[in-house]
Amino acid sequence: MALETGTTWTVYDANKMTQSEIYGAVLCELGEKYPSIIGLTADLAKSTKIGMFEDKFPERFINVGIAEQNLFGIAAGLATSGLLPFVSTMAAFASMRACEQVRTDICYQNLNVKIIATHGGISFGTAGSTHQAQEDIAIMRSFPNMTVIVPADGIETANAVRACVEYPGPVYIRVGRGFEPCYYDREDYGFQIGKAVQIAEGTDATLICCGVTVLQAAEAARVLKDEDGLSIEVLNIHTIKPIDTEAIMRSVLTTRRVIVVEEHSVLGGLGSAVADVIASSGKGCAFEKVGIPDEFSLVGYPEDLYAHYKLDTNGIIEKVRAVMGQAFEEDENWEDEV
Amino acid sequence: MPIDKNEKQRLQEKARQHRTDIVNVTEWAGGAHIGGAMSMADILTILYYKFLRIDPARPDWDERDRMILSKGHGGVGLAAVLGRRGYFDMALLRNFNKFKSPFGMHLDCRKVAGVDASTGSLGHGMSMAVGLALGARLQRKSWITYCIVGDGECNEGSIWEAAMSASHFKLTNLITIVDRNSLMIDGRTEDVMALEPFADKWRAFGFLVKEIDGHDFDELNDAISDAREKRQAPVVIIAKTVKGKGVDYMENEVKWHYGSMNSELAQQARRSIEKMHSA
Repeated sequence: MALETGTTWTVYDANKMTQSEIYGAVLCELGEKYPSIIGLTADLAKSTKIGMFEDKFPERFINVGIAEQNLFGIAAGLATSGLLPFVSTMAAFASMRACEQVRTDICYQNLNVKIIATHGGISFGTAGSTHQAQEDIAIMRSFPNMTVIVPADGIETANAVRACVEYPGPVYIRVGRGFEPCYYDREDYGFQIGKAVQIAEGTDATLICCGVTVLQAAEAARVLKDEDGLSIEVLNIHTIKPIDTEAIMRSVLTTRRVIVVEEHSVLGGLGSAVADVIASSGKGCAFEKVGIPDEFSLVGYPEDLYAHYKLDTNGIIEKVRAVMGQAFEEDENWEDEV
Repeated sequence: MPIDKNEKQRLQEKARQHRTDIVNVTEWAGGAHIGGAMSMADILTILYYKFLRIDPARPDWDERDRMILSKGHGGVGLAAVLGRRGYFDMALLRNFNKFKSPFGMHLDCRKVAGVDASTGSLGHGMSMAVGLALGARLQRKSWITYCIVGDGECNEGSIWEAAMSASHFKLTNLITIVDRNSLMIDGRTEDVMALEPFADKWRAFGFLVKEIDGHDFDELNDAISDAREKRQAPVVIIAKTVKGKGVDYMENEVKWHYGSMNSELAQQARRSIEKMHSA
């Protein structure tokens, strides 16, 4: 459960603040309550908004300059000494430049380091592939001990950042870059690490999503209901690891059609995690992964890229209709499929 | 304070035992990074028998000094000294490298008491040492962080990221010791990727540099004692060493970076160690 910090965030705040700004503000709240929290960055205090923590707790903030390997090594040392480091840099550098430090120094030693990676996915679309991170979820979820969270919006980011403080071991929270619109309008919807949130009930198909695609999928489900008369279940699987197997299988057995939509490569992310769960169950269903195909993303504003890769409402509607059109075993007998 | 004759004799005796332990474990393990364990044997001996403020009965004691072996392949040496200091039963080392053993060639701090960081991938330890030194300062703790770095390891850019930050943050509670044995897997450090002028590089990064003979207990004692005094900058001790030190057929032999020993070679090694330490 989210921690009580005395402040709550509403859509009113979230619409004026980026995910990162909310993260920065929440970390400041937490800094009051937890003297062990130390903020770290590698010359991205302003970009990642961890600079808000620096302004409030300058003596508990460490900027290592442009040196991400050192950043995560130092974080490991601080955690070993009994402190609680929150490390922020861009997702591309946290997951790739410092990949081995995160894996060997932090995950192998199972240290209490919280990584808040900004500019996740293609949210920094105009910067090109050097600064995009369409692989980070795949990388991070392959490390033993690592927890991976992709919040839907600023409000869920606030929940995730609070929840990770008391959650043991390394945690990777991936947020976007800019003013991603909010899905949630208040915090108290029962956020819990490792538990999927059912956004909409449905019987015809299941949309599984995380991050920016949550709002788009919810909207797509509404349109599909109005225009096609379809009943679409929407699951926000904000925690990619550990994944909520129970929620996935409950939905699969109801709808038998699953579409996973994420701002990530179709290789190794949420789609792959969900596919693992379904394949291991021995139950069959129609299945579609929507994400960035196995190629480096185009350059452009995120909204244009989301539309191009079918991650927006229209794209998701198109994908759901295609899956609904697929012939799939109609009999209700599952016993022959294991 | 200089060490007296008795203290020096005691350290010599510990070093002899430590080197023999390394040979034994290498024989039991079926192979180990013995060359670099022998080169840093006197460094580990003086740290674990004189300088480190530790309590083997309480490996997690918060006030203890920290020691990170950044050249983690020297794990056979670290394991031998930790066992001998009483962190665990020396007999456990007979399982080194064996199935489900807590001891692999690169030690896991979650499995082996007394190990302050899981190292092995080169270039990582010094950043963690910087984090520990910063952590001590932030929590107003008086413990000192020691970090042993290999010379070949200093090819890694991350060592210099760590060095830059140690200097920037003025970490006077961090003591870095480089095991300068001048050899790496593929040959001499100066042939594979030249480090010289090595001391100048550290000076340029803001370190106070001490260059010593890493097998001379007087010089090791003076350098470490001096480094523990309050300074304006972090200290690096460049300890010139001989890879394989103590075993005649290993000394300065690049092929003994990692090696296996049959009982005959091990016996020869033990005799050689006895001879060196009784000379």
